[in-house]
Amino acid sequence: MPERVPAPAVPADGVWDAVVVGAGPAGSAAALELARAGRSVLLIERGPFPGAKNVYGGVVYGRILDELIPRWWDEVPVQRWVTRRSTMVMTPTQAFTVDFRTQAWGQPPYNGMTTYRADFDAWLAGHAVEAGAVLVTSTVVTGLLRDERGRVTGVRTDRDDGDIRARVVIACDGVNSFLAKEAGLLPQTDAHHLTLGVKETLALPREVIEERFAITGTEGLDIEILGCTRGIPGGGFLYTNLDTVSVGVVVALTGLAKAKVRPEELIADLKAHPAIAPYLRGAELKEYAAHLIPEGGYRTMPRLAIDGMLVAGDAAAMCLAAGIWLEGVNFAIGSGMYAGRAAAEALRRRDTSASGLAGYRRLLEDSFVLADHKRLQRAPDLVLSERVQKQYPGMVCDLVQEVFTVTNPVPKRGMSRLLRDTARRHGVRLRDLARDGLAGLRVFG
Amino acid sequence: MSTTITRPYPDISFDDRMATVEFRVSPRPHITVETEVCRSCTTKACVTACPANLFVPTNDGGILFNYEQCFECGTCYQICNEAGAITWTYPDGGHGVVLRHG
Repeated sequence: MPERVPAPAVPADGVWDAVVVGAGPAGSAAALELARAGRSVLLIERGPFPGAKNVYGGVVYGRILDELIPRWWDEVPVQRWVTRRSTMVMTPTQAFTVDFRTQAWGQPPYNGMTTYRADFDAWLAGHAVEAGAVLVTSTVVTGLLRDERGRVTGVRTDRDDGDIRARVVIACDGVNSFLAKEAGLLPQTDAHHLTLGVKETLALPREVIEERFAITGTEGLDIEILGCTRGIPGGGFLYTNLDTVSVGVVVALTGLAKAKVRPEELIADLKAHPAIAPYLRGAELKEYAAHLIPEGGYRTMPRLAIDGMLVAGDAAAMCLAAGIWLEGVNFAIGSGMYAGRAAAEALRRRDTSASGLAGYRRLLEDSFVLADHKRLQRAPDLVLSERVQKQYPGMVCDLVQEVFTVTNPVPKRGMSRLLRDTARRHGVRLRDLARDGLAGLRVFG
Repeated sequence: MSTTITRPYPDISFDDRMATVEFRVSPRPHITVETEVCRSCTTKACVTACPANLFVPTNDGGILFNYEQCFECGTCYQICNEAGAITWTYPDGGHGVVLRHG
């Protein structure tokens, strides 16, 4: 049986300034900001330690950490600093890769890192505790406490005498957020805006990883892959840790269900691909994991503040996962940090009603958290569209193959002719190609 | 896709795969399935989509399930076709999946 730490001493009047639900990156960042503002804050985690329930897909981008923990790179539990980033487009027998590396990302202030969430999340939660937050693990928040006017006044937990009262509740309880659902902010189910990520972490000796991926020391590689999901909207990834490699796929939930393909089959396909298999030869499975991802973006975000409660992180769909940028942990940290600041300010003004907490949204709009989501709100439609998912990977690979296949003594065909022919063979009209190109410029431009 | 990939080496069995994951199993099942409701379900999407393969169709059209090796991802109730068939909560505090490399 898991050990439970004793319930913490409750503030004198029995009411916490803030209760933060979930000690993932959003929750810990919120708790850290509140504790630094001198507020009593209880951080509740349902797992036996922070990160025990969490999975990510490859890179934690560190810039947002600058604001929370100066010189965080000196202490963060990093696996590898990502200095090499590849984007791969594949068919079962072809792969076209755009590969970029820069030594700049391998030194302070660093761009992104690979890590294990059990380590990273525990590290961030440790900072919240150091600042004065009280962390309680192995405790599930089972519901909201509300007063007669509907205002959130605390949470119910699965401990004996487990009701906890607070002036503000910050729900950072993840993609399935039962608190946001109970408050009517999220639908009970939302399969169309969710993707399923499945991941294998495989052991390989450190020097083998460095040789196969052409990296040295603590340098790391992250590959994002399109065209590896049997036409189910989604993509794949592969990234390096110190002495393991993580490989997985992310697929639309409804597409997966419709295709009746088992998720681990998709990973097996990817691992067996001629462009991937040599990287993984002899690797031994250390851990298999799965997690849902909210990919709906800006247009599916819930209301972020109600009387007595804020929502942050995956619970607020703050994941940028369908585009050329794949980010989530940094958005969780950012939204949690701003939620903590807005809550501290509301507490200072003794108004934690929805309007008292409205500063949260303003902080998000003034920062990357909502600005990026707003700018990229049409990205999921484009990236997960039928043509991008089913037709373009094969078309691109065939085009590149034609370009580099030497046909002597037959003279070379011009590029535009090759493009026309390849597009026709793949059932792509040039008009649609142009339209998608323009849409791409509008979405990402 | 027209071409299928031949596997250069055998993938591990599903049981071995799941044996890499730590589960602190709670005595209380955190998932319940109304198998009577499942009988009228035409898709049974949970059967193929659940990454832990916890849902097995029975000969009489129902669903047999176990909750013990659950990733707590939520896939099953999110894609469930029949209202009220799957009731899903988190396992009790400290129980359930414990990931080290997530």
